Amino acid sequence: MTGVTILGAGVAGLCVAHELTTRGASVRLIDPQGGLTGCSRYAGGMLAPFCEGETAVTEVVTLGQGAADWWAAAGVQVERRGTLVVALGRDQRELVRFGRRVPQHRALSAPEISELEPALADRFQKALFIQDEAHLDPRKALSVLRDGLARRGVSIVTDGPISGQLIDCRGLAAREDLLKLRGVRGEMVILRAPDVTLHRPIRMLHPRHPIYIVPRGEGLYMLGATQIESGDQGPARLRGIAELLNAAYALHPAFAEAEVLEIGADARPAFPDNMPRVVKAPDRIHVNGLFRHGFLMAPALAQEAATLVLNSRKPEHIE
Amino acid sequence: MPVFYETEIASPLMLGTALYPSPDVLADAFRRSGAGVATVSLRRESAGGGDFWELIRELDIPVLPNTAGCHSVREAVTTAHMAREVFDTDWIKLEVIGHADTLQPDPFGLVEAARILSEDGFRVFPYTTEDGVLAGKLLDAGCEVLMPWGAPIGTGRGLMNPYGLRTLRAQFPEVPMVVDAGLGLPSHAAQVMEMGFDAVLLNTAVAQAGDPAAMAEGFALALRAGKLAYDADPMEPRDMAQPSTPLMGLAVLE
Repeated sequence: MTGVTILGAGVAGLCVAHELTTRGASVRLIDPQGGLTGCSRYAGGMLAPFCEGETAVTEVVTLGQGAADWWAAAGVQVERRGTLVVALGRDQRELVRFGRRVPQHRALSAPEISELEPALADRFQKALFIQDEAHLDPRKALSVLRDGLARRGVSIVTDGPISGQLIDCRGLAAREDLLKLRGVRGEMVILRAPDVTLHRPIRMLHPRHPIYIVPRGEGLYMLGATQIESGDQGPARLRGIAELLNAAYALHPAFAEAEVLEIGADARPAFPDNMPRVVKAPDRIHVNGLFRHGFLMAPALAQEAATLVLNSRKPEHIE
Repeated sequence: MPVFYETEIASPLMLGTALYPSPDVLADAFRRSGAGVATVSLRRESAGGGDFWELIRELDIPVLPNTAGCHSVREAVTTAHMAREVFDTDWIKLEVIGHADTLQPDPFGLVEAARILSEDGFRVFPYTTEDGVLAGKLLDAGCEVLMPWGAPIGTGRGLMNPYGLRTLRAQFPEVPMVVDAGLGLPSHAAQVMEMGFDAVLLNTAVAQAGDPAAMAEGFALALRAGKLAYDADPMEPRDMAQPSTPLMGLAVLE
């Protein structure tokens, strides 16, 4: 058994721990906050490599395609229902642009939209459907990984000695070691809207305030997310939340009656190319810079890090 | 090259820093285009924007902070003061937005904010319309540069009122002018320079292109072409065709 210490029990740390223990390694998982905190809590949970390809580098599209299977194999409930992309009347050109950048889409007519999402019947004349995408509930997913680790005898400790190889998954807290790492602020809202039934993530394009709504079941919806070049991890600002709520209301007026259950804000760790990666340092391996691709990219990075630790073989996406 | 407030800049391309897919792509666009000025917004990044601002400083070209997103004189003035501290410059691109949907300048607030900031030692670059009366009031308020719009911000439609812009250019021939906002293609930028303007300022057309660095270079080339054409004293359009080769002396073939 190889001994590995993992710092940080957000989505990166938990995925690395799960991957390593699956491969038979012995793991210590240290998180001063006890884990399941930090920006992973505020993620949308969309496993949408093709949609992310609108702006992300090709590696995100390629590596992200394995995420849904990885999470399902880890025992997490993964909804494979694709992504629906829409735009309001005057923003139709955004749909054209998005379609050019995301060739994996299928263009839907109004009847096809209402067949997929009856709640949106008559609200949109055109939409793009990306079939091979999925979503999950990030908080449930993290709990599933934590509980699975506990069954394997690994519990998250808040402090303790570092033994064996070190994998640093601390996100922004690792900034003193990763000088190019920066924070990109995001704000999100959790709504309960039992009057609205949506079955899959809906992305609503807008030149200034693109949003997405992810169903979490039982009338719950996650509404996200702003993206601001700032490392500020403080409370949400009115402007960002107003934009998100207005957009939700524009998507479907029934969201007006939604209960606002939670407003969240944090900063995502990101490298200058916004590409998540494994970085080999003299005394540790970093898994960091997950940006807005945490649940999409953590599985692939966990596999790379595990391979690096266990086989000392250099995978492709390391620098 | 254009001179603003006694400072010559290296290129007539003034490039915004918002909406790029990543900071790396942003830096590439600046490198490949040789842009002369980087504009940066402070409003939303006011807390904790340090990392991003550091990245802008690393571009190593003059920074023109802006008051984007400000809807009142007071907001704009406060943001300008913050920008002066953060970027250690007295340059400020003054935006006072009059309408949330069209992002059209508020001409009344703009003149008032320009006067307050100029009196306070700022070098003001006002984002304005092509209105000549308004331009005069801005100059009276202390501005020595004007930034008339091409079209509303982010629309990429090119010059909506070339006649108005031409009139403005002719009305104040000595004032450096930058056409700011609404450009979508390099040909729009070439047109601006052919009309005798000094520079363009754009952001969305580059940042949201599929290949921002290539588009930025395209704009830089177009600006150079337009400037060469303006300086070369172009021909006047004529109504009648005029052959450039004389017809006399041509062999007459059966």
